Amino acid sequence: MGEAAPAVIDATFDTEVLASDKPVVVDFWAPWCAPCRMVAPVLAEIAAQNSDKIRLFTLNTDENPVVAGRYGVVSLPTIAVFVKGELVKTMGAKPRPALVRELSDWLN
Amino acid sequence: MSDDVRDVIIIGSGPAGYTAAVYAARADLRPLVFEGSVTAGGALMNTTEVENFPGFPDGVMGPELMDQMRRQAERFGAELVADDVVAVRLAGEVKEVDTGDERWGGITTHRARSVIVATGSAYRRLGLASEQRLSGKGVSWCATCDGAFFRDQDIAVAGGGDSAVEEATFLTRFARSVTLVHRRDQLRASKIMAARAEADPKIRFAWNSRIVDVLGEEKVSGLRLQDTATGAERTLDVTGLFVAIGHDPRVELFKGQLDLDDAGYVVVRGRSSLTSVDGVFACGDVVDHTYRQAITAAGSGCAAALDAERYLLALADGPSAEG
Repeated sequence: MGEAAPAVIDATFDTEVLASDKPVVVDFWAPWCAPCRMVAPVLAEIAAQNSDKIRLFTLNTDENPVVAGRYGVVSLPTIAVFVKGELVKTMGAKPRPALVRELSDWLN
Repeated sequence: MSDDVRDVIIIGSGPAGYTAAVYAARADLRPLVFEGSVTAGGALMNTTEVENFPGFPDGVMGPELMDQMRRQAERFGAELVADDVVAVRLAGEVKEVDTGDERWGGITTHRARSVIVATGSAYRRLGLASEQRLSGKGVSWCATCDGAFFRDQDIAVAGGGDSAVEEATFLTRFARSVTLVHRRDQLRASKIMAARAEADPKIRFAWNSRIVDVLGEEKVSGLRLQDTATGAERTLDVTGLFVAIGHDPRVELFKGQLDLDDAGYVVVRGRSSLTSVDGVFACGDVVDHTYRQAITAAGSGCAAALDAERYLLALADGPSAEG
């Protein structure tokens, strides 16, 4: 299993995520969401294996409602891909092979 | 390829897989269990309180019950791996089960003389293009995950069984109103749950109603309902839709290898867990059209482990002992 991914918060979202030169995967989660707990280590592992290509952040929607609201997150987990400041893809929890397939555009 | 040929590999977790693991481990079969990377624990992981599992008079949270079963399996020596099976080859005396990814670390093949299938079921979808498009944008399959986003809003739950009623009742914590949209004129849920829902001032009912469209561009703004008797259509203004219309068995891995029935369930012989392939056993929601309860899944997981144990004994005694 990979190391837990760093957290991003409302105050740091623009600099950490939108201004990143690498594609960024943001894992929107909350403490009450069981599938979030399941998917987090899988995402962390995928990110660790591809640390030269993508960055991964977690965002607790309970504590950071501004960013969650800005992107209309109403489902957890929402796994979102940002490229050059733009939201380009969102998806829900999936088993590892499907996650890798969905992220393959940014892993190759 | 691992050289070791195990006695039993269990694919899937949840009450069926973990119970099979407890029994197989206690029979000294050292089961290897592929729990799934994100689906470990199965359907109960997304539920709240389980009130009908015997032995828990005060109820138990679904994830807590799964954690306890999991620890019980581990205690007796089951090897639990939170990984996904990507392919199986079940014909022949030695079965092969693949995990991993071609690009990172490669595929690992695990071998065993018997396999227990406990892959459970996946949420059924309404089958509408608009449902797919608005998935995660107001259409949800997980009330415990997403309910909090619908505080003081009017939302709907599709379905009329226990899951739908449980979701609707849970969602009243947040929502202003919850409309249960059901194709029939009464609930299919157990009496105690139906009575609770009917007494709840926040729960409304749209009887004899089929959802024909989910409305909204960027997020859900309403549902188009059709009356199942008259065909008349109307719009229900809601900002969220929780779909709880049942489950379909998860059988992608086994198509072309195990006999499936018309509805896609793995076919088992009579009251046993024996599938169409010798040495392959199935249990839990992936075989169960009828009951689909945590306790029946657990019971069938026990049966599968006992069937596998008997099969392995016969195998060890030589081919003539079988049948």
